[in-house]
Amino acid sequence: MITKNKQNNLLWLGLAISTILPFLFPNYITFLTYIWVMIILALTWDMLGGQTGYTSFGNILFFGVGMYVCAVVQRDMFSSGLDRFERVSEVVVNLNASEYFISLAVGTFSGALVAVFLAVILGSGILGMRGHYFAICTLGLGHAAAEIASGIEYLGAGSGMVTPIYPSGLFFGKEEFYYYALLIGAVATFFLFKKIYQSQFGLALNAIRDNENKAESMGIHTTQYKIAGWSISAFFLAIAGAGVGNVIGFIDPVEIAFSGPTFGVWMIVMAILGGKGTIWGPVLGAIILYSAKETFWTYLLGWDKVALGLLILIVVVYFPKGILGYFKERKQLSNNILSQKGES
Amino acid sequence: MITYLNILIDSPEFLAQLVINGLLVGAIFALIAYGLALIWGVMNIINFAQGEMVIFGGYLTYTLFYQFGIHPILSIPIVTVLLFVFGLLVYKAVIFRLLGEKDIFITILATFGLAILMQQLMQAIFGPDVVTANPELGMMHIFDGKVSISNIQLISFFIAAAVAIALFIIMKYSRMGQAIRATAQNPRAARILGIDIEKVYANTFAINAALCGIGGSLVVMVWTIHPFVGLVYTFRSFMIVILAGLGNFVGIIFAGMGISSLENVTGFVIGAEFQAAVIFCLLVIILVTRSIMARKKRQYIQ
Repeated sequence: MITKNKQNNLLWLGLAISTILPFLFPNYITFLTYIWVMIILALTWDMLGGQTGYTSFGNILFFGVGMYVCAVVQRDMFSSGLDRFERVSEVVVNLNASEYFISLAVGTFSGALVAVFLAVILGSGILGMRGHYFAICTLGLGHAAAEIASGIEYLGAGSGMVTPIYPSGLFFGKEEFYYYALLIGAVATFFLFKKIYQSQFGLALNAIRDNENKAESMGIHTTQYKIAGWSISAFFLAIAGAGVGNVIGFIDPVEIAFSGPTFGVWMIVMAILGGKGTIWGPVLGAIILYSAKETFWTYLLGWDKVALGLLILIVVVYFPKGILGYFKERKQLSNNILSQKGES
Repeated sequence: MITYLNILIDSPEFLAQLVINGLLVGAIFALIAYGLALIWGVMNIINFAQGEMVIFGGYLTYTLFYQFGIHPILSIPIVTVLLFVFGLLVYKAVIFRLLGEKDIFITILATFGLAILMQQLMQAIFGPDVVTANPELGMMHIFDGKVSISNIQLISFFIAAAVAIALFIIMKYSRMGQAIRATAQNPRAARILGIDIEKVYANTFAINAALCGIGGSLVVMVWTIHPFVGLVYTFRSFMIVILAGLGNFVGIIFAGMGISSLENVTGFVIGAEFQAAVIFCLLVIILVTRSIMARKKRQYIQ
């Protein structure tokens, strides 16, 4: 079995490899960037979906909000380019290097803050509900957000927005910059979440999953814990959203920002496939699902989303514990058998 | 927004038009919502794929109309039977394995996966375009021609009413209907009394699918459909059920018509591009209000 020490060594080895990966495979850098995005998505979904046991279908809302807020800040911070164009979707802002990175940093951070604010407001209403009611409420969040965003002219309405052009002549190219930015984001998310799950806060989240009524009677303010958990998720999800918006360079309300059928579903499937309620499960699920999707799903020619639906159904119905959960169960089983043999 | 509000105040005929449209279409929504309430009450499963089943029924009617030349109204019985069989198949393949599942999120996720699967399959098979199978039966004018109702809306209203009455009789007097109601009250006692629960569950799910099929046929005649609009129907039916309460047949009819009219009026005032958002916001407002009311009594809604 892998010991704690070995596990840490593996982790550091993996990190060391991933820092030099862009130089080894320069053609696959966008794919590698998306791996980190997917890890953030799966980890943040697992905070509520796995640790607390509340299956949220609406986390994509924070992703899109981060993307939009960041893009708006980037567009309007140093230039009022809005007046010069008839349509918002055609506005392309040219910034010099320092302006670009300052507006990106401010935009990402303010996007994350807006997402946290939304999570607190919406959470205090929605997280008080349980079961079916919670699920159906969150299911509508992303959908409604997409509808609203495509109706607002300031955000480019249905045609979306264009993010600023990456300044040329820098040491780092656009792809490399966003690769390392999202790598740092994913690693920070991973370690912070690991810390959180080991702390008392994480225990409270697990207590809610195991039995919410008992947790409440033990003096845990369950709704507040859920809101706090959701806010932390929202913070990192918005950062991922801001990054993805800039990587793609174009924001569409339905297809990219609040895209329920792609990012919104992937994050759920990845976390469950890897094993929800564990720290490594979502990471594993994200890597497996996204690699599989990129390598052979393109050959399915338009049927790839059908395959995704089928995959959810199969994973949930036949394999609800995920890969890590499956191994954990087997380990427990073999341990039980061993201990029984020892007794007799 | 204010100007639209003024239009409504200045010309009550327009308001009447919106409300009448809402009432007529609301009957269809009530039918779909009753199916949701049925499986919720009997099997404690929320079918997130409810809207997708509606759209599937609509596409079947559309295909029968354009490929085989069967009139949409006449295609309703065929679609009902097809969806009934489809419901049985889905039950055997998926729902059957979820019964007795303690974690309700597993069942929610499974039906959600089913919804995604159906959505994408329909897009792959029927294409992403907006379709309708309107048989063009003309309009009817009342109040000196100020309010106009299309005949097909009126006909679909009466069909929905007829189906509701038939369903009421089936649930009340037929052997299977009685078994379904008994299982809803207490599955264990029903089993002890010799009711085949498995069969009851399968039939309940199939009846729900058939109801969705009828609803979809009516929707495709009155309105338009496309593969991704199903979620809106799931919301509507969910909203109707929580307003009316489970198992309240008459309540569901009134809630369906009321919500549909309200949705029409607010959709007009706020703007058609926000219509789907309005439906969702209505749902959240209703639920949050109930949640706050429950919290005062130190309860929660579940």
